[in-house]
Amino acid sequence: MATTLVKTIGGEAGTRDVAARIEHVSKSFATPAGQQLVLDDITLDVARGEFVTLLGASGCGKSTLLNLAAGLDRPTAGTIATDGRPALMFQEHALFPWLTAGKNIELALRLRGVPKAERRPRAEELLTLVRLQGAHGKRVHELSGGMRQRVALARALAQDSQLLLMDEPFAALDAITRDVLHDELMRIWRETGVSVLFVTHNVREAVRLAQRVVLLSSRPGRVAREWNVDIDQPRRIEDAAVAELSVEITEQLRGEIRRHGQH
Amino acid sequence: MGSTDTTTPAKTGGPADAHDLAGLEAGLDALDTVQTRRTPLRETLVQKVLPPVTAVVLVLVVWQILVWAKVTDDYKLPAPSAVWDEVEAAWRQGILLDYIWTSVERGLFGFLMALAIGTPLGLIVARIRFVRAAIGPILSGLQSLPSVAWVPPAVIWLGLNDSMMYAVILLGAVPSIANGLVAGVDQIPPLFLRAGRTLGAQGLRSAWHIVMPAALPGYVAGLKQGWAFSWRSLMAAEIIAQSPDLGIGLGQLLEAGRTNSSMSQVFLAILLILIVGIAIDLLIFSPLERWVLRSRGLLVKS
Repeated sequence: MATTLVKTIGGEAGTRDVAARIEHVSKSFATPAGQQLVLDDITLDVARGEFVTLLGASGCGKSTLLNLAAGLDRPTAGTIATDGRPALMFQEHALFPWLTAGKNIELALRLRGVPKAERRPRAEELLTLVRLQGAHGKRVHELSGGMRQRVALARALAQDSQLLLMDEPFAALDAITRDVLHDELMRIWRETGVSVLFVTHNVREAVRLAQRVVLLSSRPGRVAREWNVDIDQPRRIEDAAVAELSVEITEQLRGEIRRHGQH
Repeated sequence: MGSTDTTTPAKTGGPADAHDLAGLEAGLDALDTVQTRRTPLRETLVQKVLPPVTAVVLVLVVWQILVWAKVTDDYKLPAPSAVWDEVEAAWRQGILLDYIWTSVERGLFGFLMALAIGTPLGLIVARIRFVRAAIGPILSGLQSLPSVAWVPPAVIWLGLNDSMMYAVILLGAVPSIANGLVAGVDQIPPLFLRAGRTLGAQGLRSAWHIVMPAALPGYVAGLKQGWAFSWRSLMAAEIIAQSPDLGIGLGQLLEAGRTNSSMSQVFLAILLILIVGIAIDLLIFSPLERWVLRSRGLLVKS
């Protein structure tokens, strides 16, 4: 029997600097054609305060890996240890339409056990952090796509988790808004010191944001290669250095995809 | 393991400083924000009130013409004025509101009981697979059973009293309310449940904070239907069950009209039943439904 264990890192010596430790994780799903292996022996650490992007073509199991890390699903084999319950942000804002922007954040605080008196001021603080002061009473449908994702980010931060998992959070936004949110995310990441594991299929976005880019191969997902991105922040998506590394990573990614056409 | 040691190229424009970014973002927000406005003027209300009033007036006119043309005997089709006289007479005797209140009180109290039973029942059926497989089909099947069918057994079990009326109302309304909630829960986008789980909502807390509010549109639709079923069941029960102890509600009024061969009284009873049904829907359920949908941005303004 393979060990299937999702545990919490709790003050163990040597693991204190790690926000997430994914060790030899595999995941397969039952399909009509039999067991399909989606993730194969993934080992990946996210250090405290680190920003890692997970990059891959479709079928690499990036979202599956995030679900496992978020504790929404269990690995078939291997262990995942995270520093507390991670916060998760989706491609769709996933804000509750029956609550106002502020109440969405307050619900996250409430479910975490924050006393009633502290919820409102804390929600205002988080809205200010994502530059939406004054949006507390706004209904979700009254906000633009970019504003919704910022409220969703504030709600995720309300969980006060050491680890923030982001599943293509800006993929549905227009290019201008996405570019601005990249800057915002970088600022908030520096201000809060949170560790981020960010999934994307956009190479430029991965390089623009990350300290480390992890490329997954597809079907099954394996760690194909990692790059440390030593480009100084603040970066722009148009920067030559970003472009240069993006070209290199894209070549590798195309190679991974090409392999699937050959057999 | 590859790595790059690229240094930052000198940026000609310079990176956006914090202040710049805030301004940029404020601009984007202003450009993208959806403009929502409340119903502009009372005139739109007129647009909604005028058509039904016209329709009612038209029906009255056609009715009066048919009476003038003497298409049938007086006792089969009384003039609108005869029905109005009936209203006036009942009003002067001070019993008009008694008729209405006797039935409305029963109907609303029965509905509230149905609400208290149907809500947890619906939640259990929707969320617990075994219960759903066991009684889900029966629950939706019960909806197609006319509640008047429950009157004879209810009379035998409970006798001619208020409990029997409430039993008939419950058997009519509880399945509607429960089914509405089940439908509402089934339509919850899975994303909300996942989001709720990542936020730490489980079990009862998930039911209260996520499942119930997310299912509210379907639930309110079920309540609306539940009220219609309550009212119908009650009228069926009142027409059949006649007893001095029960007082005179609208159903008894209708039945009394038939025994007295007074068509104007029958018309009066039917009109009152119709008006009360519509009024409760218009005053309670429609505003509730509109509020639920509008607060979620689901109501497209014409």
